[in-house]
Amino acid sequence: CGLFCSQNYPLYIRSVPTENELKFHYTVHTSLDVVDEKISAMGKALVDQRELYLGLLYPTEDYKVYLCYVTNSKVKFVMVVDSSNTALRDNEIRSMFRKLHNSYTDIMCNPFYNPGDRIHSRAFDTMVNSMMMQVC
Amino acid sequence: TVKDLPLPRFVVSKNEQESRHTALYSSDADNPASYSGVIPPPPPGRIQVKKGSVSHDAVQQRTSTDQQESTSPVVSPQQSPPTSPHTWRKHNRHPSGGNNERPLAGPGPFWAPFSEVQPGSSTSSDPIWSGHSPPPHQENWVSFADTPPTSALLAMHPASVQDQTTVRTVASATTANEIRRQSSSYDDPWKITDEQRQYYVNQFKTIQPDLNGFIPGSAAKEFFTKSKLPILELSHIWELSDFDKDGALTLDEFCAAFHLVVARKNGYDLPEKLPESLMPKLIDLEDSTEVGEQTGEVGYSGSPAEAPPSKSPSMPSLNQTWPELNQSSEQWETFSERSSSSQTLTQFDSNIAPADPDTAIVHPVPIRMTPSKIHMQEMELKRTGSDHANPTSPLLVKPSDLPEENKMSSSVKFTAGNTVTDGYSSSDSYTSDPEQIGNAVTRQRSHSGTSPDNTAPPPPPPRPHASHSRSSSLDMNRSFSVTPGQQQAGVVAYPPAVPPRPQPSQGTGPHVHRSVDADGLIAHTSTSPQQIPEQPNFADFSQFEAFAVSGVNKEEEDEIETHSEVLQVEKPSDSASSLRVAKADGRVEDKAPANVPSSAGKGTTPLAPPPKPIRRRLKSEDELRPEAEEHTQKTGVIAAVLASQPSIPRSVGKDKKAIQASIRRNKETNTVLARLNSELQQQLKDVLEERISLEVQLEQLRPFSHL
Repeated sequence: CGLFCSQNYPLYIRSVPTENELKFHYTVHTSLDVVDEKISAMGKALVDQRELYLGLLYPTEDYKVYLCYVTNSKVKFVMVVDSSNTALRDNEIRSMFRKLHNSYTDIMCNPFYNPGDRIHSRAFDTMVNSMMMQVC
Repeated sequence: TVKDLPLPRFVVSKNEQESRHTALYSSDADNPASYSGVIPPPPPGRIQVKKGSVSHDAVQQRTSTDQQESTSPVVSPQQSPPTSPHTWRKHNRHPSGGNNERPLAGPGPFWAPFSEVQPGSSTSSDPIWSGHSPPPHQENWVSFADTPPTSALLAMHPASVQDQTTVRTVASATTANEIRRQSSSYDDPWKITDEQRQYYVNQFKTIQPDLNGFIPGSAAKEFFTKSKLPILELSHIWELSDFDKDGALTLDEFCAAFHLVVARKNGYDLPEKLPESLMPKLIDLEDSTEVGEQTGEVGYSGSPAEAPPSKSPSMPSLNQTWPELNQSSEQWETFSERSSSSQTLTQFDSNIAPADPDTAIVHPVPIRMTPSKIHMQEMELKRTGSDHANPTSPLLVKPSDLPEENKMSSSVKFTAGNTVTDGYSSSDSYTSDPEQIGNAVTRQRSHSGTSPDNTAPPPPPPRPHASHSRSSSLDMNRSFSVTPGQQQAGVVAYPPAVPPRPQPSQGTGPHVHRSVDADGLIAHTSTSPQQIPEQPNFADFSQFEAFAVSGVNKEEEDEIETHSEVLQVEKPSDSASSLRVAKADGRVEDKAPANVPSSAGKGTTPLAPPPKPIRRRLKSEDELRPEAEEHTQKTGVIAAVLASQPSIPRSVGKDKKAIQASIRRNKETNTVLARLNSELQQQLKDVLEERISLEVQLEQLRPFSHL
């Protein structure tokens, strides 16, 4: 259950359970929410990761969506986890986002990678998979 | 075919290459299976099939060469890559043995074989395989690779030949670089033969003359784009080869990348993880640890699972290589990244930088400070002109303390303390602390100004120092500030207390006093505790002096003595506070009002005179040298008190008690005021000392600037 969106279009999506369509929906919603959040936080200068906990999106499904901005209005890391996964603590989420961030930076270091491309890095996939395995 | 393989191998012909190819393939297939252990020794053919699908990879596995041959239709091409075999062969000399597949001698041959790259790569893979040879399954071939590389190669040759053909066919675009890359393919499946390495190095030089430098990502991108590999694959190769993720390629990284490109060109699948042989550290270990490298190849076989294991072992070796590489910092960072979580990574990275500069910066500061400090201390010594031993001791002691300021202040304190009565000095030192602090801070700043390095460290020291001194000064300030407030309160309370005092007995007096103190001087007491340690002597001294003085006097003195005794018995805080209050009063120069109110409360006349003379006394004392003055003040105060006492006897006996009580109170007030005076004087002295020290520092700085 993970998402990786850049400017509202997904660069990388990996979900463990369920279908991706829902995730896409989530992505869109979260992106919108993120935008809203951004607007609300326009005053501040967001330099570091910004972790945005959106809380429940769907009361029924009770998803927790975490957001982590990489760059302002740039890449957003979105993580959607089932609320059933309450075992996840904030620190864990943060660490996961940090890993995501690091992996993403590693990808960016690749001169062959154009920002905005879908992410095909196998290492990234591996990392994300392992992370998601831990969570989901 | 196996039998045939050995033959061609020696011939440095395509056969070798082919054999290598096959060997590589097989070895790849085998090695991964055997080495990684994770991958079951799938029939080399299968693996090769996979690779075959990829094109060349399968060929490389020696063991699977045969199978490869069967699976891979590459056979004819073997002939084509003549040059590559040459190069390959050269590589054969590689320890891997017969794996001449990696003859990377000349780029030229590689070019030609590029089309045959596959074969070449296969050959190169053979060497790699040979390195990997240990794998048991197909051990025959593997062992061949290891021990009788030639045989293995030979065996591989046929297969490799076939593969080569396929590879060749697969490998379409063949640029010089590509060929080179191929030639630079790894010896064991991923090992880089010397020839190949040399080729890579040469290529590296074309981009980056400094072998210890980096190839920026953009340049590397252009370079490798020439290989006409898909961007995706190039991206993957980059991910694999850029070990430290710095966006640039070192020589080792470049060689690894090149090697991977060559391999890819030859049809070898890209590993999921960087083969050990390609790890930057491996560059050094390549020749030596062919076997070990194979683990990396495991990934090649396409078992991501293996990647982690191979990676972990490579980690330590990476550590080793890190120092070798010039990317110390990067290596650190990347290594930490890989080895530790991202969190730790960031922390680690962040820790790296500050550590050094801080340490670097810290050093000069203390050193510098000491001289000035010592100087300051010396100055203080001069000023104090007393207790040289003491100043030195504090100096000795203090140097170990915080930055100079602290030392200075402390030394000053000490000196001051030493010079003056402990009680007074302590209090004075405290009072002087703020001044000292300021001076110290300024001194530090001056120091920092002189030494750029100290700029960073100095600030911290001053702060703690300042805080330190501030604390003390604050205490003093607090005490003093409190005292003023308390003075007023105390004064207010005092006057009321005073009146009751004379009436009540001495005990009550003190009680009242205490209560007064307690009430109005709660803060005072709070500060008093701090000051108490500083001024216990004060109290004691004052008490003592008062006591002594009183003792000298008559019966009233006795009373006074008792009173003083009581006072002494009283909490020093009380006396101190009272004294402080009194002193504060004096300081505030409300002595008159304070005394007046106090006296007014009691008996104006008796009180007034005593305070006045005391005040006068104090004032006169102020004029005198602080230390001496303090002393004299004390005596003066005492004298004043005593003087006041004489007036008492004049009063009627009835009033005697009251008067005596008032006298006592006055005495207390006087002592307090005297203390205040002494403290103030001490502060004055300290300030002067600080000024002198500052001046000295200035002078010191000036010559430095001149220098």
